[in-house]
Amino acid sequence: MPVKNKANVVIIGGGVVGLAVAYNLARLGVKDVVLLERAYLGSGATSRCGAGIRQQWGTEMNCALARKSMDIFEKMNEMLEVKRDIELKQKGYLLLAFSEKEMEQFRKNLKVQSKYDIPSREVTPREARDIVPHLNLEGIVGGAFCPTDGHVNPFLVTEAYANAARRLGVDIYTYTEALDIEMSGSKITGVRTDQGLIKTDSVVNAAGGYSQQIGKMVGLDLPVKSERHEILVTEKVEPLQGPMVMSFSYNIYCQQTPEGPFLMGYGDPDEPESYNLNSSWHFLEEMTRKATRLLPPLKQLRVIRQWAGLYNITPDRQPIIAESEEVPGFFMAIGFSGHGFMIAPMTGVLLAEMIGGEEPSLELKLDPGRFARGDLILEPSVV
Amino acid sequence: MDRQNTIICRCEDLTLAEVEEVIAEGYTTIEEIKRICRLGMGPCRGSTCLQLIDRILARQKNCGREEIKMPTNRPPLEGIKMKELTGDAGEK
Repeated sequence: MPVKNKANVVIIGGGVVGLAVAYNLARLGVKDVVLLERAYLGSGATSRCGAGIRQQWGTEMNCALARKSMDIFEKMNEMLEVKRDIELKQKGYLLLAFSEKEMEQFRKNLKVQSKYDIPSREVTPREARDIVPHLNLEGIVGGAFCPTDGHVNPFLVTEAYANAARRLGVDIYTYTEALDIEMSGSKITGVRTDQGLIKTDSVVNAAGGYSQQIGKMVGLDLPVKSERHEILVTEKVEPLQGPMVMSFSYNIYCQQTPEGPFLMGYGDPDEPESYNLNSSWHFLEEMTRKATRLLPPLKQLRVIRQWAGLYNITPDRQPIIAESEEVPGFFMAIGFSGHGFMIAPMTGVLLAEMIGGEEPSLELKLDPGRFARGDLILEPSVV
Repeated sequence: MDRQNTIICRCEDLTLAEVEEVIAEGYTTIEEIKRICRLGMGPCRGSTCLQLIDRILARQKNCGREEIKMPTNRPPLEGIKMKELTGDAGEK
């Protein structure tokens, strides 16, 4: 389909972040918003993610974004007037510590979380087993639990934002690829697509795993890299496990979704930087070994599918949500480091406020300049 | 044909009427349809529904079945119990 020849804002990337930005721009009254997606909506990391939503983070920014995003998820069905329920399930996240050092980090994180009104708490191994009765307690020294963490369906959240954005007049072009960004000096003048040129002075880079490539179109070498993270799903079974179970020592997460299947992922510490989306035998073996050691009844479940997606990772595992200093009009919502889905609702609000020149509802400190300044606060809680 | 009672995807209990409604909303590739209504995502891994959905889409688009793109085929080929992968298959 030929694209419009001009727009106020062109968003590159039809994942949940790009769509949340699009919806919020339109909600604030910005006209002529265009979103480009080279395949179908959510075809990148959004629909490949683990579907978990967690507020138990270690940095102020991640806690603030996750907490406020949870508020939005809780009212999303009404707010976006959805056709299909987004399948919010709040049965908590149980994080497990296997050493005193890990427990100390949890305690530090809990202090940050309490500042942001996140209802998380420390749990003993016995309390952990009360929460997840089939948990193997061997080696567990304690944990943390937040009862309002949980799950939402990424496909249906994507659909909800897309439909709401369309109703407010956003033009969404799928199977339309941004090929280059045209510039005059350091100013953006347009986006060239495989369906024609769109004149604009504002572009949002919401390209997820491919955000580096979009940065190059305006001459920026963005401080992000992409790497494959794998995941698998089992057959459906009766409700057995309410919360997500997560361990940073095992580097795994595992939760039963409301439909009944168990969904689990493992972050391989030796995974190289790449755009590789292939599934591996190595993952299947490591994942099942770790998950069944921690949650023994899972041995009886059949794995029915595995796949992979890209994490777009920054040096401090916090996203970049900012306007470029070098290229005015180039806005970024990138580098989510594996937790973009769960903080997308608030990211959409804040970036739209930034583009629309509104007062921000939260003071953001997520510009890329932080890496050069060296004032990094590393997010310790990423799988 | 009784569209309300013709099952297309047995694992997810999806009828022809439901699938056609999803297509009418604008989801015209199998990749999109499966994400919205879970067609083909059950334990049989699409062994029946993928043989039907391409015919339904081809009829709608008035094209040949070969023009309908199949979704990415993901491993494993069939369900494997986790204990078979961990070497505990002997356990009850």
